[in-house]
Amino acid sequence: MNYKKILVVLPHPDDEVFPMSGTLSKLVDKGTHITYVCLTLGEMGRNLGNPPFANRITLPLVRKKELEHSCEIIGIQELRLLGYHDKTIEFEPYGPLDKRLLGIIEEVKPEAIFTFYPGYGVHPDHNACGAAVIRVVQNISKQNRPEVLCTAFPTDNDLGEPEIVNEIGSYLEQKTACLNAHSSQFRIPSKNDDDSTEYDTFMERIKTERFWIYPFK
Amino acid sequence: MNLINREKVNERLNAFKNTDVYLHMEMTMGAYTSHRDQSVHPASNFIKNVMIKYEHGLLSEGPPYRVGLKLGEGWVYAEGMTHWDETDNERIVIAGNDKDGKLIASLQISKTPF
Repeated sequence: MNYKKILVVLPHPDDEVFPMSGTLSKLVDKGTHITYVCLTLGEMGRNLGNPPFANRITLPLVRKKELEHSCEIIGIQELRLLGYHDKTIEFEPYGPLDKRLLGIIEEVKPEAIFTFYPGYGVHPDHNACGAAVIRVVQNISKQNRPEVLCTAFPTDNDLGEPEIVNEIGSYLEQKTACLNAHSSQFRIPSKNDDDSTEYDTFMERIKTERFWIYPFK
Repeated sequence: MNLINREKVNERLNAFKNTDVYLHMEMTMGAYTSHRDQSVHPASNFIKNVMIKYEHGLLSEGPPYRVGLKLGEGWVYAEGMTHWDETDNERIVIAGNDKDGKLIASLQISKTPF
């Protein structure tokens, strides 16, 4: 993986962590400029910290700060918050949303865009976000079209093997720091318990990041 | 009540946009849910005859389907919809019924109060 400029388009603060924070951290070290477009502030999230330290009023601001902190850890140079409302991306009229995304793509001119694979994102916002990116990029002429790298949760093997499998190795530390930055949403299993199985399983699970390259016609 | 026909419901939702309409919306786990199983935390809510005006309304993929109504400053959102009353030409009556046929959520729109 070698890019000068990439765009990351995801719907919620924290969507960057599990699928790609290690990969993004590595890219930054290699000199990639990252623009991260986050569509919502995750204001409908059910996790409010454990024990709760946020509420329905404070959650968007809490999550915005967590996201800024996470971006700092990864080294993301530019964060853009588009201000859509959590859970509503699939209901947004295509026209204005697509126009906004196209404007950003034309301005940033990324070589690659990281987003969710439409239909394989589980959460409706993930699918709607990926679908919007694909709609927009599909209409860009082939010679100017950025590559789209998708993260996905395939239910069986219907997507085939991912084209890119990154063992994030030395970037695991940054990834766990990102997880901790989103403390209203995540908690890493404790390492000091008598039984560290849960911790070991968790670490094993997060050390690989997979991407499918979207097959445009 | 009939199984939701996505295209027909979306036609009706489109016909009511940019108009003052009354909204009824509810979600319920049932009044006896924690009586049967004390580990369940019961919750429900409803809101009746609140006037809204939406600029864009859509029934999304399903079943169960989701509905989103985009307001000038806010949203109406419902998940879990399965049925609607296709014979009702005055109102839009959409419900989510569970596997036993019990209502779990509903969303209704009308130009006159419910």
